Amino acid sequence: MSAAAPITLSKKEIEIPADFIAEVDAIIARYPVSKRSASLMLLHAWQDRFGYITQQAVEWVAAKLELQPVNIYELVTFYPMFRLEKFGRTHIRVCRTLSCALAGSYELHKKFCEKTNAQGDPHGPMHSPDGEYTIEFVECLAACGSAPVCMVGDQLFESVKTDEQICNCLKHGA
Amino acid sequence: MTAPKETRLILEHVDQPGYTTDIDCYLRHGGYEQLRKALTMQRADIINEVKTSGLRGRGGAGFGCGLKWSFIPPTNTKPVYLICNADESEPGTFKDRQIIHKDPHQLIEGMIIACYANNAHLAYIYIRGEFPLGAKILNRALDEARAHNFLGKNILGSGFDCEIYVHRGAGAYICGEETGLIESLEGKRPYPRIKPPYFPAVFGLYMSPTIVNNVETLCNVKHIIRMGGAEYAKLGKPNNTGTRILCVSGDVNKPGYYEFEVGSLTLGQLIHDVCGGIRNGNRLKAVIPGGSSAKVLRAGEKYKIKEKQSDGTLADKEITLEDIPMDFDTLAAVGSMAGSGGVIVMDHTRDMVEVLANINEFYAHESCGQCTPCREGSLWMKKITHRLTHGQGVANDPAVLKSVADNIAGRTICAFGEACAWPTQSFLAKFPEEFEQAAKMASAVNGSPKVDHSKAHDSAVALA
Repeated sequence: MSAAAPITLSKKEIEIPADFIAEVDAIIARYPVSKRSASLMLLHAWQDRFGYITQQAVEWVAAKLELQPVNIYELVTFYPMFRLEKFGRTHIRVCRTLSCALAGSYELHKKFCEKTNAQGDPHGPMHSPDGEYTIEFVECLAACGSAPVCMVGDQLFESVKTDEQICNCLKHGA
Repeated sequence: MTAPKETRLILEHVDQPGYTTDIDCYLRHGGYEQLRKALTMQRADIINEVKTSGLRGRGGAGFGCGLKWSFIPPTNTKPVYLICNADESEPGTFKDRQIIHKDPHQLIEGMIIACYANNAHLAYIYIRGEFPLGAKILNRALDEARAHNFLGKNILGSGFDCEIYVHRGAGAYICGEETGLIESLEGKRPYPRIKPPYFPAVFGLYMSPTIVNNVETLCNVKHIIRMGGAEYAKLGKPNNTGTRILCVSGDVNKPGYYEFEVGSLTLGQLIHDVCGGIRNGNRLKAVIPGGSSAKVLRAGEKYKIKEKQSDGTLADKEITLEDIPMDFDTLAAVGSMAGSGGVIVMDHTRDMVEVLANINEFYAHESCGQCTPCREGSLWMKKITHRLTHGQGVANDPAVLKSVADNIAGRTICAFGEACAWPTQSFLAKFPEEFEQAAKMASAVNGSPKVDHSKAHDSAVALA
């Protein structure tokens, strides 16, 4: 748990497209015993589609699952992968944990930050001023044999050590 | 003595040239034949075969799989659920990733057999959120299995219905704890439940009997059906049967995943032969043998173990770190554990205070915060090791660190308490001089810690 600033949810409202509703209904159908079980998957679906979790997201998901908004909000504030702010177009997660640290992941994180000019507290997501990149230290990504590793979007990059490999990661998102 | 050859049972097709994740490839390699066979067997017979096989859970605790399955009350009338724990996140472990990404149907076949044996009609694969491609691969594989009627209604005309869905986590390590996982799958914060009474086999998902098994464990079920429990039990050693995927990372020349019969090779053979020795010709300093929660072992230590003689009696034997056979019982006997199979190797250039500082930061981040000793203790330990590595400690820091760790273990709802205390306890016990030195140096400079955020980057484990 990090000592973050007080959490506020963005009020930004968006029109919910019909295909998103269909996608969400298909997810809910996988939980025939309890709709509440779908809450993590719905938050993932929202974040994948709209970028981050807003007040509208919390209220919409809660209503969809016939829950109180707090039942969803408490998930958003607990699970590290849900974000309450807009991230850069390319999200780079650098593994911080032991095997990667032994192989130089702190150096790697630093280089990503320098190359993208990402700003902020290294214990949380750091954003480049142009909105292109978000660099984030995360815990073990389960690829310790090819440390240091990072994820660019959904893609895993292994043994990222040279400047050329770092540039490849940055280009992958572009 | 050179290392024995790998026995690739689970990883047989992983990384094989031309082997793909689609069902046609899997079928060409004898896929789903064991499901056909299992569907002709009696449920009790399958459970007995798994019991006979001696298969122990591959997730960390090493609990007997057949025994776990037999805990469902015989008088049960509620639906039974099966959950595959694919929340692989124990630092140092990366075996389930290989199975999911490279041979997903093996897992699915094992799961359907396990569902049939336990009469479960609904199963979930709880995959960690950081495996988005793994989730896609599994979803595609499940669609293929449905299209071939290996899933769905009346599977292959057997009258058995079964459905499996993928459920994604969202970055919380605690979801690997089975009751925390169940809470998470119910759509809540993953606060682990207290046992008793909440044993999953009795009060699991939706308060119904639930079996939670690791990815590698479920894959083994398929091979037990193929070989028969007795034949499977010939692999490995008594009470430590089958194969084990060992994940090696850290300061070795050839890190990676290797599959061996349990206990067939020693830690020394694994490091020096299989993994090509310590990098840069350095000397071995320490090994964490079963994921970062396992207690650290120090090179040069001697351990007393009991060894079975040919006449069946037990005799005392003294062994070194390099002599330890990689099985559940011996690793427990030398004061650590086989855990999740994640072996992290450190050479003589590493500062053990910095290594522990890194581990403590992980546990402080991942404590769910439900129990006070763990929530406060993990953070406190992290703060102490952070200041010790930043020249800001005080003389009694090692003593306070020990006292905090000693007061977490055994005082929490789930095993995370032990998992976060064991590294601190073992690092302090095995490398006391490094902690004393760090505290002495720090307190000579500065008795009052102050946090400098601009230096947060410097808390890296020193690079040689």
